[in-house]
Amino acid sequence: MLQQDSYKQHISAQFNAELEAVKNHLLEMGGMVEQQISRAIESLLNRDSGLAEEIIANDELVNKLEISIDEECSRILARRQPAASDLRLVFTISKVTTDLERIGDEASKIARQAVRLSEEGGSPSNFVEIRHIGSYVNTMLRKSLDAFARLDVDMAVDTIVSDRSVDTEYATAMRSLITFMMEDPRTIGPVINEMWALRSLERVGDHASNISEHVVYLVRGLDVRHIEPDEVVAQVEESRRRD
Amino acid sequence: MENHAIDIQALRRGSLKAEQDTPPTCLAVNGLNLFYNNDAQALYDIKLEIPRQRVTAFIGPSGCGKSSLLRCINRMNDLVDGCRVQGELLLDGEDIYHPRVDVASLRRRVGMVFQKPNPFPKSIYENVAYGLRIQGINKKRVLDEVVEKSLRAAALWDEVKDRLHESALGMSGGQQQRLVIARTIAVEPEVLLLDEPASALDPISTLKIEELIYELKSRYTIVIVTHNMQQAARVSDMTAFMYMGKLVEFDTTDNLFTNPARKQTEDYITGRYG
Repeated sequence: MLQQDSYKQHISAQFNAELEAVKNHLLEMGGMVEQQISRAIESLLNRDSGLAEEIIANDELVNKLEISIDEECSRILARRQPAASDLRLVFTISKVTTDLERIGDEASKIARQAVRLSEEGGSPSNFVEIRHIGSYVNTMLRKSLDAFARLDVDMAVDTIVSDRSVDTEYATAMRSLITFMMEDPRTIGPVINEMWALRSLERVGDHASNISEHVVYLVRGLDVRHIEPDEVVAQVEESRRRD
Repeated sequence: MENHAIDIQALRRGSLKAEQDTPPTCLAVNGLNLFYNNDAQALYDIKLEIPRQRVTAFIGPSGCGKSSLLRCINRMNDLVDGCRVQGELLLDGEDIYHPRVDVASLRRRVGMVFQKPNPFPKSIYENVAYGLRIQGINKKRVLDEVVEKSLRAAALWDEVKDRLHESALGMSGGQQQRLVIARTIAVEPEVLLLDEPASALDPISTLKIEELIYELKSRYTIVIVTHNMQQAARVSDMTAFMYMGKLVEFDTTDNLFTNPARKQTEDYITGRYG
């Protein structure tokens, strides 16, 4: 099992520094993406197209960070040939950047819907669902990044389990938005835009859950992708019993 | 490596990796203790099973006992004064420390290659033929055949076929090491023990030796001691990590290098303070 301070114990201080740096860069990217998502939601709720444009422009930065972190990872692989938990760390970071970059894309998609919605006027739903699911997935994303920073498997598992609620909420929100369109066809335009934004938020939840799965792999060497949350909980407990 | 191939049929049946038969055990070490000068204990209660026709690597810091353990397998430690072995070491189920075992014939079954190439000051041909000659085989036709076969198996034939009767000492270090391997396999052993076989060689010669190890494992059980962890990771199927005379962890190389079970193993293979 991987422990919190273990990055600082290499005989090669330079290797410590390299791992520490790439880990910090990932967390910086995480922070940036987290902010992109919460500001995208804000721009949509306030129909603030200025803010939305800013978010779309910022996505370029997220993309650049992805490339530079991946470069760092391949440099470490080539020069240090990391093994065991170091290998899992580099591998995880490279995977997590992909998810973070995708979340960045979802943020700019939401911002694009915000621009459209600001032109079309409000939605009959008053964005209740966006507000609700938005704050939920934001928490998930923050928890998955915290889980990575603190190597906290419990928090990661928690996030994986909570993705199921997002899926349920998303289905409920879709049904309720359909009723608005059935009542008044003039709302179809804005409601469809709102649906796209919701869809993006639901995807953010999926990516946050992926990040948490990578954290479980990083800490316990356990691959918990593509299995049911209950099974994840069971496997993590099983691996703890073996410690 | 063949066990990394993804078997689509097996995937459909729901298993991730191609199903593999576990190979039978070739060498079983059971509660082995080794003492030098009676009081200094070098190995403590070693227990492991080395599979047939696989490459097993012993890794660990200097003085951890990996070479001592390797030497036990062909009773090289018999030559050390005051050395005593306790416990069992079974080759194909037979205890090699049984008093009736003939050490010379054991060493014919268990060949060994050392860190520094040690060709005899003879021709390339005579080096390889040596093992057969001391067995009393002198027929030119038989010797020619074995020499060619062994040199081919050691991936050396093409480089030396035109100068078989020149001195082996004129070869490069990497060639000499492959010659020594050819000499070892000329007598058709079951087990090949390699003690740091590439540590005195340049990177290209090292890769050639590693490639050779991969080729040879279809016919021999190979046990290798190496200080180079990447080398262990590259060539072996199973890896044993030893520390202070004890076996800390023994697992498939894949597991040991991606997710070791013991913290001591982790610290060693990732280069941390133990």
